[in-house]
Amino acid sequence: MQWDIVIGLEIHVQLATRTKIFSGSSTAYGAEPNTQANAVDLAMPGTLPVPNEQAFRYAVMFGLAVNAEIERRSMFERKNYFYPDLPKGYQTTQLERPIVGPGFVDIDLANGETKRVRIHHAHLEEDAGKSLHEDFHGMTGVDLNRAGTPLIEVVTEPDMNNAEEAVAFAKKLHGIVTSLGICDGDMSQGSMRFDVNISLKPKGSETLGTRTETKNLNSFRFMEQAIAHEVERQMDILEDGGTIVQETRLYNGDKDESRSMRTKEEANDYRYFPCPDLLPVEIDDSFIDEARNSLPELPDAKKARFMEQYGLNDYDAGLLAGDSKLAAFFEAAAERGKDAKLASNWVQGEFSARLNAEEKSVADSPITGEQLGDLVVRIADNTISSAGAKKVFEALWTGEGESVDAIIDAKGLKQVSDTGALEAMVDEVLASMPDQVAQYQQESDPKKQKKMLGGFMGPLMKASKGQGNPKLFNEILVRKLGE
Amino acid sequence: MTISRKDIEKVAVLARIRVDDEQVSALEKDLGNILDLVDQLGAADTDSVEPMAHPLDAVQRLRADEVTESDQRERFQAIAPATENGLYLVPRVIE
Repeated sequence: MQWDIVIGLEIHVQLATRTKIFSGSSTAYGAEPNTQANAVDLAMPGTLPVPNEQAFRYAVMFGLAVNAEIERRSMFERKNYFYPDLPKGYQTTQLERPIVGPGFVDIDLANGETKRVRIHHAHLEEDAGKSLHEDFHGMTGVDLNRAGTPLIEVVTEPDMNNAEEAVAFAKKLHGIVTSLGICDGDMSQGSMRFDVNISLKPKGSETLGTRTETKNLNSFRFMEQAIAHEVERQMDILEDGGTIVQETRLYNGDKDESRSMRTKEEANDYRYFPCPDLLPVEIDDSFIDEARNSLPELPDAKKARFMEQYGLNDYDAGLLAGDSKLAAFFEAAAERGKDAKLASNWVQGEFSARLNAEEKSVADSPITGEQLGDLVVRIADNTISSAGAKKVFEALWTGEGESVDAIIDAKGLKQVSDTGALEAMVDEVLASMPDQVAQYQQESDPKKQKKMLGGFMGPLMKASKGQGNPKLFNEILVRKLGE
Repeated sequence: MTISRKDIEKVAVLARIRVDDEQVSALEKDLGNILDLVDQLGAADTDSVEPMAHPLDAVQRLRADEVTESDQRERFQAIAPATENGLYLVPRVIE
């Protein structure tokens, strides 16, 4: 049987405010346990929450960036459940009147098509603390530093139909919130966490199947794997004539397996009700206008500009514009290097590969966009070969040198482009290889001839101590062999 | 509207409150009376009334995003039943 896959996402985005959503405690990451958990965060009797204006500004900026309606009078509800890392016994969240109403995001797919994913709403809420289940004499340790950190939870419509679309949406959203500067986007530290709702239905059917929710995926790769895993699991059950149980599942990326966390029958009854400690929050036009005026260039606009200004193709422009830090790095390299296409190739090739290999982000890069730009200049003007350029890049990366030109001099990487000197080397090499020359001249297939040229390049590079311009050598060779 | 013993037992579990059989019987009667009273309100015509978010006719004041709290961990942990390495210790909970 053929199945349609239906996917909706819920994304928790940690807002990059200095303080918590309802208290003036710092949200800085990595502090000693519980040193940033104060009376309000600990739910001490007699304390009252006071909302952080910046959290609302960030939520409004997000709403504007995803083409959504902004709720001018939003409210908070209490979502009641018991867990030790939730000191109040409820999470303060928004249910009836979330700050961000319906909106949408357009995603680019590998086949060149664009797809619109609708956003149902996004609401403000507080994060919980962390429970550490290591052995504390049979007890659980609780760190409440994270309790009360502002989040927006973004809820999509079930508009995605495969892992590629879901991951494209997740990456797009990551690009939007990091461009806005409302989230640091560091997924390894939990700054963005994805819950994936998945159901299957017979191909073409109008009725949605029973869905499961896979929670807390914190990398794009795990998200892709978890979707593949869950689709396969559901398909196996359905094709054996079974039924899907509505449940929450946990995915273990390291083992590529999932297990049930809770089923709907045992699902919590959250007993939502309006939070009596918080009045309705009114957002006026001037607040929204101010947020609108503070919006930076967003990935879609940046992509269009990269295509227009630098002549990049759709794919390259989209990839660079999707990550605001990578985009800034590219722009610095392209402005300095003049050759934007070459700069784009180096940013996406050598530079990105190196970052990935060392699990670094652009912010941790040991080299600057300007340095890469200087390198691009020397590749473009033929001062160095691409092999030489890789050596310069390596020296920049490891900190062996800072100036591209100084590295080229120190390592003797300057190509010899003096045609007179190169011609003399070609004559010498050809004279020493009469058999190969004769073979070449007897060959009638130009393709085979082209291959045979390689046989001369080795000795030529050796004769020039690796400094001959390969492009010029090639030209001279073809000309002389054809004589 | 009536409330069943089962409802009361479930709410008690969710609220982490222990109630014995005798108390459940008493609660069944008391809560039932309260719910009947609430039901009477349902007779009022509220079609043109916007649901009330808060009894006070006021809007929320917001706070600037500035750190105003300092580390008071020692004082808070002095009144906690168990702590270790700066963590609050609680009976083990595994979901």
